[in-house]
Amino acid sequence: MTTQMPPPRKKDPTQRTRLPTQPPGGRSREALGLTAMAAQGRFALQVCGECGTVQYPPRQLCGSCLADALGWRDVADTGRVLAETVLRHSNDLFFRERLPWRLGMVQLDCGPPAVAHLAEDCAQGGQVRLALQLDRAGQAVLTARPLRADADAGEDRQLREAGCDPKGRRVLLVDGRTVLAPALAEALGKAGARQIFVGHAEPWKRSAALEAVRGLPNVELVPLDVTDSDSVRELAALIGGKVEILVNNSYHLRDGGAVDRADVNTPRDEIEVHYLGLLRLAREFGPALRARGADGDYGASAWVNLLSVYALVNNPALGTYSASQAAALSLSHCLRAELRPGGVRVLNAFLGPLEDEWHQLVPPPKLEPPTVARAVLRGLRDGLEDLHVGPVAEEIARRLAENPKEIEREIRL
Amino acid sequence: MVRPRQGYDGIAVCVPVTVPYARYSERSAHWFCGRALAALIAGAGIDKLEVDGLCVSSFTLAPDTAVGLMQYLGMSPRWLDHVPMGGASGVVALRRAARAVQAGDAEIVACLAGDTNHVDTFRNTIASFSQFARDAVYPYGSGGPNSSFAFLTDHYMRSYGARAEDFGRLCIAQRDNGLRHPATMMKRRLTMEDYLNARPIADPLRLFDCVMPCAGADGVLVMTADRARALGLPYVRILSTIERHNAFPDDPIQYRGGWAMDVDEFYDMAGIGPAEVDFLQAYDDYPVINFMQLEDLGFCAKGEAPAFVRAHDFTIDGDLPFNTSGGQLSLGQAGAAGGYLGLVEAVRQLTGQCLGGAVPDARAGLVSGFGMINYDRGLCSGAAILAAADE
Repeated sequence: MTTQMPPPRKKDPTQRTRLPTQPPGGRSREALGLTAMAAQGRFALQVCGECGTVQYPPRQLCGSCLADALGWRDVADTGRVLAETVLRHSNDLFFRERLPWRLGMVQLDCGPPAVAHLAEDCAQGGQVRLALQLDRAGQAVLTARPLRADADAGEDRQLREAGCDPKGRRVLLVDGRTVLAPALAEALGKAGARQIFVGHAEPWKRSAALEAVRGLPNVELVPLDVTDSDSVRELAALIGGKVEILVNNSYHLRDGGAVDRADVNTPRDEIEVHYLGLLRLAREFGPALRARGADGDYGASAWVNLLSVYALVNNPALGTYSASQAAALSLSHCLRAELRPGGVRVLNAFLGPLEDEWHQLVPPPKLEPPTVARAVLRGLRDGLEDLHVGPVAEEIARRLAENPKEIEREIRL
Repeated sequence: MVRPRQGYDGIAVCVPVTVPYARYSERSAHWFCGRALAALIAGAGIDKLEVDGLCVSSFTLAPDTAVGLMQYLGMSPRWLDHVPMGGASGVVALRRAARAVQAGDAEIVACLAGDTNHVDTFRNTIASFSQFARDAVYPYGSGGPNSSFAFLTDHYMRSYGARAEDFGRLCIAQRDNGLRHPATMMKRRLTMEDYLNARPIADPLRLFDCVMPCAGADGVLVMTADRARALGLPYVRILSTIERHNAFPDDPIQYRGGWAMDVDEFYDMAGIGPAEVDFLQAYDDYPVINFMQLEDLGFCAKGEAPAFVRAHDFTIDGDLPFNTSGGQLSLGQAGAAGGYLGLVEAVRQLTGQCLGGAVPDARAGLVSGFGMINYDRGLCSGAAILAAADE
């Protein structure tokens, strides 16, 4: 059985606020391969290309045949608990704050034994399913859950540290007028978000999306225009200390590339929304998020950027839009580094074309908003950093990993 | 066909020294090693430069190694070794030094281990203990060896039905021995009630299952028996030794150590068996590893240590005197010197130089070492049988 988390309570300002600390984040270069897999939610370990031995902990050559032929491959994610312990003492500040802490020595079905963070409902000697997840230092760790997890397993106090579950947390959804807003707000609400602030600029403009959002439970509309520094500052002054998850869904898509463009007004707008908008949000909301990364059981935990997959490789038909997304992506890496001391995760969800008015001339497959919302929720629960949503985004990611020049020449998605 | 190993005829181990242990120290490892060397030289009554070989073990000498230490201490050895094998360091150093003296590569070898313990030393040592530990163990709760031995203890208890009381019996016997030692860090008698009610550290381990990290140094001299006699030094002979690293790599979790691979050869070479030794100095950073040594060194069969412990008395006056100085569980774990504790105690027992309780008429004793939880198991094991010099 998984112990139920106490519900979030109003903060008592006379009580000690737990300050953010990180679990030990030092890793060898080869172990950062695990972090790369965890960031995408893959369970991949090094496998020897010569003899097939699965390696763990990571190394630079095969521990069995000594060949220089290790590659990262997805492997069976199941195993059996050989031994377990509950730590009542730790040498590290992060864990000292969170004792007792449960660990297991797990025999992986794919070969090696491994130390893993153990879910509370793992049975002694039982079968478990392992995952590579990012811890609060942003580094990969192994977590183990029973093959059939409890319905309330998302509550697990310890494994919750590796994810950014919206349950009990307060969310700021930046733009209520995009086609994704109602689906995201609804999904966050159903996932148990305690309050959902939804930003809207230009309140005099009618918006079907905003009307749909307005009627959802736990939603509070707030004025927010990411192209206006004062607007962002004023909102942060009001609710900055309450936001535990920020979902930046700012969106300004127009067609066109560079050569045949009459002026730079549209590209400037794209930069204003996607790049400078993110920067303004980071300046105003970043400090409080980082400071509250360990503030109780429901402290600040994630910053989500909904980005176009064309942030990764320019689509000339959407050339300047792609460029502004690339600028936002680069800034998100800076944000990720700056929020890491607070243990706050930056999740970039790379989306393929959406089923919306701006993608009328783009052939299918196109993403329906509920698909995006489901993916973002999974990314938050699993604590991912990089999420490719839908077949187009997934294909571009695969092709980029294989041959970036090929996709640069042949992008027709 | 494995060639038979040469014996250690004509080799003497003498001058067991200890630089007093301290819970914390502002001194450096260099200081502890240097004071151990000074004690060895004074104890032998020789000139400093007559020591022409050194074998050094330390966790806290960084950024230096044994090489830098030679300049620091003004030594010019013609033979130098650095044995970074933690709890197996004493036995392994003994083997290296004995062969060097036997072959004429060195005349007098000082074997020593020394470590300091600043307030943050232990944490820093375990945080960067090994690449595998840093990548795949320390980020998991940062328990250090406590969590590793908790796994081994949990697995052992479930596999062989050992109870907490069984481990407690051995810990209590060791504490009784320790209370007879003037330098014991743990100064109170341990009752079973104390043991069982102690603060839990990492289930199933409780406080008195865990050694206390401290600073200190230990050492011995290795030379020819002729030389020892000429210097008038009481000495012991080496009947047999073994060492093994990364034994049984395919065992999913450690339930036996490298001794099990080499135990037959070990006793064949010694010409005596476990029943003929007068005491056992085992490596005791956690009681479960004591149980494995009792089994793997042939005092009882695998899985029978719990019953064996219930049936025997491990105090100095008992039928199997065990860790007669009190062991690390009483005296503390001075880093790599913990790997020398059994060796210096064995030499003291067999040469009539005990600091604490003496085993009556001890003629032969077994010293065992175990070290280096690099990832999920202790990698180094070693053992030696020492015998009193013939009259």
